[in-house]
Amino acid sequence: MRNLVPVLAVSAALIAIWYAAVIPMNQQWAQDQARRAGQDLSFIALVTDTMSQQRPRLPAPHQVAAELWNSTVVEELTGRRGIVNTGSLSNRSLVYHGWVTLSATLLGFAIGSVLGISLAIGIVHNRAMDASIMPWAIASQTIPILAIAPMIIVVLNAVGITGLVPKAIISTYLSFFPVVVGMVKGLRAPDHMQLDLMKTYYASGPQVLLKLRLPSSMPYLFTSLKVAIAAALVGAIVAELPTGAVAGLGARLLSGSYYGQTVQIWSALFAAAILAASMVALISILQRVTLKRMGMAA
Amino acid sequence: MMKDSSAAPVISARDLSLTFQTGDGPVHALKDVTLDIAKGEFVSFIGPSGCGKTTFLRVIADLEHPTSGSITVNGMSPDAARRARAYGYVFQAADLYPWRTIAGNIKLPLEIMGYSATEQNSRVEKVLELVELSGFARKFPWQLSGGMQQRASIARALAFDADILLMDEPFGALDEIVRDRLNEQLLELWARTEKTIGFVTHSIPEAVYLSTKIVVMSPRPGRITDIIDSPLPRIRPLDIRDSPEFIAIAHRVRDGLRAGHLDD
Ligand SMILES: Nc1ncnc2c1ncn2[C@@H]1O[C@H](COP(=O)(O)OP(=O)(O)O)[C@@H](O)[C@H]1O
Ligand SMILES: [Mg+2]
Repeated sequence: MRNLVPVLAVSAALIAIWYAAVIPMNQQWAQDQARRAGQDLSFIALVTDTMSQQRPRLPAPHQVAAELWNSTVVEELTGRRGIVNTGSLSNRSLVYHGWVTLSATLLGFAIGSVLGISLAIGIVHNRAMDASIMPWAIASQTIPILAIAPMIIVVLNAVGITGLVPKAIISTYLSFFPVVVGMVKGLRAPDHMQLDLMKTYYASGPQVLLKLRLPSSMPYLFTSLKVAIAAALVGAIVAELPTGAVAGLGARLLSGSYYGQTVQIWSALFAAAILAASMVALISILQRVTLKRMGMAA
Repeated sequence: MMKDSSAAPVISARDLSLTFQTGDGPVHALKDVTLDIAKGEFVSFIGPSGCGKTTFLRVIADLEHPTSGSITVNGMSPDAARRARAYGYVFQAADLYPWRTIAGNIKLPLEIMGYSATEQNSRVEKVLELVELSGFARKFPWQLSGGMQQRASIARALAFDADILLMDEPFGALDEIVRDRLNEQLLELWARTEKTIGFVTHSIPEAVYLSTKIVVMSPRPGRITDIIDSPLPRIRPLDIRDSPEFIAIAHRVRDGLRAGHLDD
């Protein structure tokens, strides 16, 4: 927990800068309103106004925090459509939209990880795969996701595949790559001596994989999984944009920008960030527990 | 010696040569090496760095392939001997897998060779006792000293039924006191298990103290300059190193090493 102090200090500094930026960003509208009403705006009144506009250019931190709170806890507990009153999540709550995005993220991440690990195993064991797959994997990542996501979504929709799966495919597309790269490196981590030892036992290929290469790759695996899950979340959100999806954090971002609801946009952004941070933290815990049990506590 | 000299040798090399092709031309790691090792012998290979000691051990282990000449291990090709799990190999540095406990490391070859779980456990217990590491089964390698790690690597090589033990400078990185103790233990172990041992070392006293046969080598090209059959008894207290016989053999080894250097 000795990391806590610097983290808090940086957070406090960022919030201070954010508050400071809110005033100039929103003052135009405040002054226009005042002029129209024929009033003179004192500095205090200006500050108060810029911090509490309905549709600010840049919402203040406490507005975003309040929106996050209202659109999660308050909506679900007391809202007409909330889980307390209806037994199902409200389609106005960020819990609901977050879950829609999260389910696609997790599915895509799972497929991407399995695909990435399988490709890495193939690459390490097969010269032809080594030569042929890596260039394609790299090429796939140089195409901007914003260009390819709509095409995949539209094509899949045309053949009747909608909802979770197309989004998960975009997540897979972004998340398999860091896993391939990390795992190829991890599976090749054993040194000559460790491999020679296996040779003296006349160990088979699968035995070398299971008892040497996979255990050696664990630190690399967890590092790439952290990158992959964040990428999977980005993929799921981006996949919600082109189809005008009605649910998911991407849909909230889109409708927020469509109606100029900046507070809604920012709270959806923060919901996504909180989601990503929680998933990365979860993998970190898993990493620590696993490596500790393997006697390799970092 | 008490050994049966009529029996077929365990290891037999004839005119063995190995040339590595490297960026700056060929390196003659071994040239015309001819050597027989009988069952139950303790053979030390001694010589300056680069004289091919490691390479010769690796050829026996089928980790390198000779360029010319022939070699048999237990009467078979090295590949067949490796398939038959004829030898245990102890590398220069302790190379325990860090994610396995000491017991887990010793089980590694047993798992690969398909021993049953109960057999694995009883063997682990037996070899840990042999190298005096009982009680450390559940420790991870980093929790042990260098000498203990090296003993665990030896235990791992003893766990399965190979009758040849190949050791490449196993005690090279350890201090003198630890080394003396390990040398004594190794002799006891050899007497108890009746294995044939090939042992690489830099140290003249170590070679003379341990061996029934000392192979002196010299570099560029790597070759044998002298083979000394030791007249010392098989049971050797540490203070045998002050006996005239011991000093005489040490002299001959030193002369062999010096002769190799004069050829440079
Ligand atoms: N894989 C290799 N490739 C090229 N040269 C090698 C290789 N292994 C060993 N050598 C060279 O062969 C010679 C003998 O090496 P080695 O058997 O390791 O000597 P020693 O163990 O007696 O110190 C050295 O000159 C070394 O540089
Ligand atoms: Mg060597």
